Amino acid sequence: MTTTARDTDGRGVGGRGVDSPGRAAIEARTLRSDRWWLPPLATTVGLLIFIGYATVRTFQQKYFFADERYLTPFYSPCVSLGCASEPGAAHFGMFLPDHPLIPYAALSLPFLLLFRLTCYYYRKAYYRSFALAPAACAVPEPHATYHGETRFPLVLQNVHRYFFYAALVIAVINTYDAIVAFRHPTDGFVVGVGNLVLLVNVVLLWCYTASCHSCRHVMGGRLTHFSKHPVRYRLWTWVSALNTRHATFAWITLGTLILTDLYVALVASGTITDLRLVG
Amino acid sequence: MSYTGTFRIWRGDADGGALADFRVEVNEGEVVLDVLHRLQATQTPDLAVRWNCKAGKCGSCSAEINGKPRLLCMTRMSVFERDDVVTVTPMRTFPVIRDLVTDVSFNYAKAREIPSFTPPADLAPGEYRMAQVDVNRSQEFRKCIECYLCQDTCHVVRDHEENKESFAGPRFLMRIAELEMHPLDVADRVPAAQEEHGLGRCNITKCCTDVCPEGIKITDNALIPMKERVADQRYDPLVWLGRTISRRRG
Amino acid sequence: MTEIERHDYDVLVIGAGGAGLRAAIEARERGLRTAIVCKSLFGKAHTVMAEGGCAAAMGNANENDSWQVHFRDTMRGGKFLNNWRMAELHAQEAPDRVWELETYGALFDRTKDGRISQRHFGGHTYPRLAHVGDRTGLELLRTMQQRIVALQQDDFAETGDYEARLRVFAECTVTELLKDPAAGPDGAVAGALGYWRESGRLVVFSAPAVVLATGGIGKSFQVTSNSWEYTGDGHALALRAGADLVDMEFVQFHPTGMVWPPSVKGILVTEGVRGDGGVLKNSDGKRFMFDYVPDVFKGQYAQTEDEADRWYEDQENNRRTPDLLPRDEVARAINTEVKEGRGSPHGGVYLDIASRMKPEEIKRRLPSMYHQFKELADVDITAEPMEVGPTCHYVMGGIQVDPDSGQSRVPGLFAAGECAGGMHGSNRLGGNSLSDLLVFGRRAGLGAADYVVGLERRPAVRAEDVDAAAVLTLAPFDAPEDRADDTGRAENPYTLHAELQRMMNDLVGIIRTESEVADAQRRLGELRARVRQVFVEGHRQYNPGWHLALDLRNMLMVSEAVAASALLRTESRGGHTREDHPGLDPEWRHRVLVTRCARDGADGLETEQVVPRVVVEPAERVPMRADLLALFDLAELEKYYTDAELAEHPGRPADPGRPADPVGGTA
Repeated sequence: MTTTARDTDGRGVGGRGVDSPGRAAIEARTLRSDRWWLPPLATTVGLLIFIGYATVRTFQQKYFFADERYLTPFYSPCVSLGCASEPGAAHFGMFLPDHPLIPYAALSLPFLLLFRLTCYYYRKAYYRSFALAPAACAVPEPHATYHGETRFPLVLQNVHRYFFYAALVIAVINTYDAIVAFRHPTDGFVVGVGNLVLLVNVVLLWCYTASCHSCRHVMGGRLTHFSKHPVRYRLWTWVSALNTRHATFAWITLGTLILTDLYVALVASGTITDLRLVG
Repeated sequence: MSYTGTFRIWRGDADGGALADFRVEVNEGEVVLDVLHRLQATQTPDLAVRWNCKAGKCGSCSAEINGKPRLLCMTRMSVFERDDVVTVTPMRTFPVIRDLVTDVSFNYAKAREIPSFTPPADLAPGEYRMAQVDVNRSQEFRKCIECYLCQDTCHVVRDHEENKESFAGPRFLMRIAELEMHPLDVADRVPAAQEEHGLGRCNITKCCTDVCPEGIKITDNALIPMKERVADQRYDPLVWLGRTISRRRG
Repeated sequence: MTEIERHDYDVLVIGAGGAGLRAAIEARERGLRTAIVCKSLFGKAHTVMAEGGCAAAMGNANENDSWQVHFRDTMRGGKFLNNWRMAELHAQEAPDRVWELETYGALFDRTKDGRISQRHFGGHTYPRLAHVGDRTGLELLRTMQQRIVALQQDDFAETGDYEARLRVFAECTVTELLKDPAAGPDGAVAGALGYWRESGRLVVFSAPAVVLATGGIGKSFQVTSNSWEYTGDGHALALRAGADLVDMEFVQFHPTGMVWPPSVKGILVTEGVRGDGGVLKNSDGKRFMFDYVPDVFKGQYAQTEDEADRWYEDQENNRRTPDLLPRDEVARAINTEVKEGRGSPHGGVYLDIASRMKPEEIKRRLPSMYHQFKELADVDITAEPMEVGPTCHYVMGGIQVDPDSGQSRVPGLFAAGECAGGMHGSNRLGGNSLSDLLVFGRRAGLGAADYVVGLERRPAVRAEDVDAAAVLTLAPFDAPEDRADDTGRAENPYTLHAELQRMMNDLVGIIRTESEVADAQRRLGELRARVRQVFVEGHRQYNPGWHLALDLRNMLMVSEAVAASALLRTESRGGHTREDHPGLDPEWRHRVLVTRCARDGADGLETEQVVPRVVVEPAERVPMRADLLALFDLAELEKYYTDAELAEHPGRPADPGRPADPVGGTA
């Protein structure tokens, strides 16, 4: 048994974190023997896949409208003058200049991005995987100093709620998209596989949006006396139940967004044909 | 059903120490603390371990097992394979006293910094009326057994000694939430949570929730709701605008 | 013995459980400088283990409840052995003490109209237990801990020092009380000597009033629900300081504690398991309790399994299952089954709920039990039976105190909570422990404050007493061969402790006989000699071997008190069961067994320093005040009292020679 003395190998006076003076002198920075690095690695890979896919598709500026009725959520609402290339895609007018660097849904995408960026779950996910602060519990982080969310820019995480409000509006627009997609300009009411895809996607988007921590707070979490607000208490109870699955919905919706968009793109490009179920 | 297990236990004090290996009998149904007690009785009578109820209710026997903050009395030997080496160290966020015992006075100092329950001035004992739905949230936080594993695992202080002064830690931010949600507490605890107790340093990475032996949802039910209340008061653009205007007028 | 750390306080409270904290709050609120000394960290005391609730006749659940009903229940539960004045104060003041906790921030479970919810419990006529789920003790302790912090914050605001008037000395063990023999005929308390567990350094407290609130003695028994702190420190300190103990033969064994696996040995299995349909079975699978219904209960309990099973559904037309006989009866039955070879592999019997109820139903009705076994023992109670056996739970006996002030016979020495005796008689009702510590914790704090304020001269600590106590405290480090009465042999404290526990469990446990208790006394004598030879390795810094060596002194003293008292009381009552004297004896009801420390030379025993000898003698109990006695039916009293004692009861036909006392008259 060799004794690790203080003031050797940079411990003691110069040590920081778990090597700070006074704490138990243990050479290993972490003694975790499980595969603690796996979750942050998986998170990193997952997020990078989504970011890569979303970036490509956002600036591709084609294959976003299929069968004259399926609008991918990445292009909703389609408000660029460029949306004219797909008649019927723009439900709310076209007024943004058509430019390769301006996404067709430039009104909604920044808010959706910020909604997810400031989401309490995604914050945990990328603080752990990208910032390694910490990568896993009881695994030392590499940073010399740490201020958390007390300073610019991270202090802006506190405005999450306003992106939640924006996301609500966008969820309504996505819902509208999914509903109008049942009406084919020439065939009338139809149901295709694409309709089901859009529908499932929008339901899950609602689950993610409604399970948001800010939503939980606004619905009733801010109240001290639930007993005086029975309706809001009921809402809070529902949102709380959803909220326990917020992380699950966060990942599921990343997946369904990609799948929905991919489906629309594949149909729009003619790679596959949408299967008609009704009409 | 007995076997001889290998334990690697940190022994030492503030001046230094090391992991030492022990071979010790392990019986069916035992927890790590049982094995440490056997070590004390047979091999290392002076092995320092803090413990009390041995039933997961007092929160005394906090330590780190294979690098994870855990209660010694709530870690069953059956979760390990027979040939696993079980490494036991003291909590690594607090100063060590001896062997597995740490100086947790940081937590008691923080507890004193949180202003106490403030009831309405005119309410006599016996006249308190509270609805069960209104006390549920604070009751969850009051399940806390003060094992301080959340304080131990929180990287804000674990990895940054210098933050100890400005950060109360999950246990005491949760205490603020408990009082803030108490149906009869009349104090406004939100500004101090942010300014004095370091709520903003929390980056909601949820390790506190992960290690809580009582299963309290510290992050989702205490810390995030407090952050939202701070946002209500300080980061709401409309409120900010209103305040700025009224300040100019004033 | 130079350079010992010294502190000066008005009131020194030893023990930081419910009683100690409540006493400290009271003393500090009266303006006295108060110190709390405790062996564990602040907020870890055994009070956190209390689950069921805190009994107080608030009448929230049933408005017919009153202190008189609570008083009657308490006296019945204790088989009329209780100190009636304590039972009276307890029943009267418990509601105020509970309401007071709400002003400190406690959050009890609520009724529909927002008041404190109260639950049913064994022996209580009405739903009476204020509770917070099954963690009521934790709520009480945390609330008072936070109250103490609040008082410290007040002091900080005023003086800039949190600890100006109230300080907690955590992980500090008191080994001896110090007296000033010049302060009156019996002397008076002057302070205490202790050591910091962390550093091993000695510390002297000067204080004219000491409140003992050290809890119980369960660690003298092998199977116990008690934590390591329960080594009878307060009992032993009081004895050595010259105070008396009463009722030490009464130790409550809960019939259903876990016996296996070892990690949960002794942990309680709530009576609710049996109340909800769990049944006791032996290794033959037989529900043996039907064979153990004593004559006095015949007719009140079901005689067939069918009837017992129907009782759960229809309690009007069926008699209850004998699984729910009083605790002592059940414990005795389990003991017999095991002794006769029908026990489970680990020396208990089976408590089976898995075969009686669907898994979901068990989880819904007994969530904490399910969780406890799953988490602690990896036992799924919905799939397999539990192994249970009696476990040492509570000591009814303790330091004899004045009911109103909590003062012992030693001036300046007070006691409250489990370490004080008398309140619960021969058997404690569930829920009466938490209320006990609130009521008498406050009264002891108040008594100590009044005593200190009324003092003309502060008793002084004598240097030679400090030196002597210090020598005793450090003795376990002396090499055995250097000791005066050496045999050269070094004893291991862990070994001695294990032997003591096994011996007390086997010979002075739930069922006692004259020969076994006498054997226990002989073995205690041997252990006493071996404790002198205890030697600990290592140094003084956080050395658990040393801590145990010092606790052993107290455990031995208390064990001797229990054994000697158990030998003398030739009857069975509540927490004292003599196989050779199975019935209640009214002649024993009015007698109390008092334990005191043997006086030097006077008792024909040689002087003993390490573990002083104890003497147990019977004394007469103070008769109950007439107005309280009148709260009971004569027919009930006749079961417990001698004819002579009831001769003047107003219910008795008046003696031709003299008129009867008016009902409710005072004695």
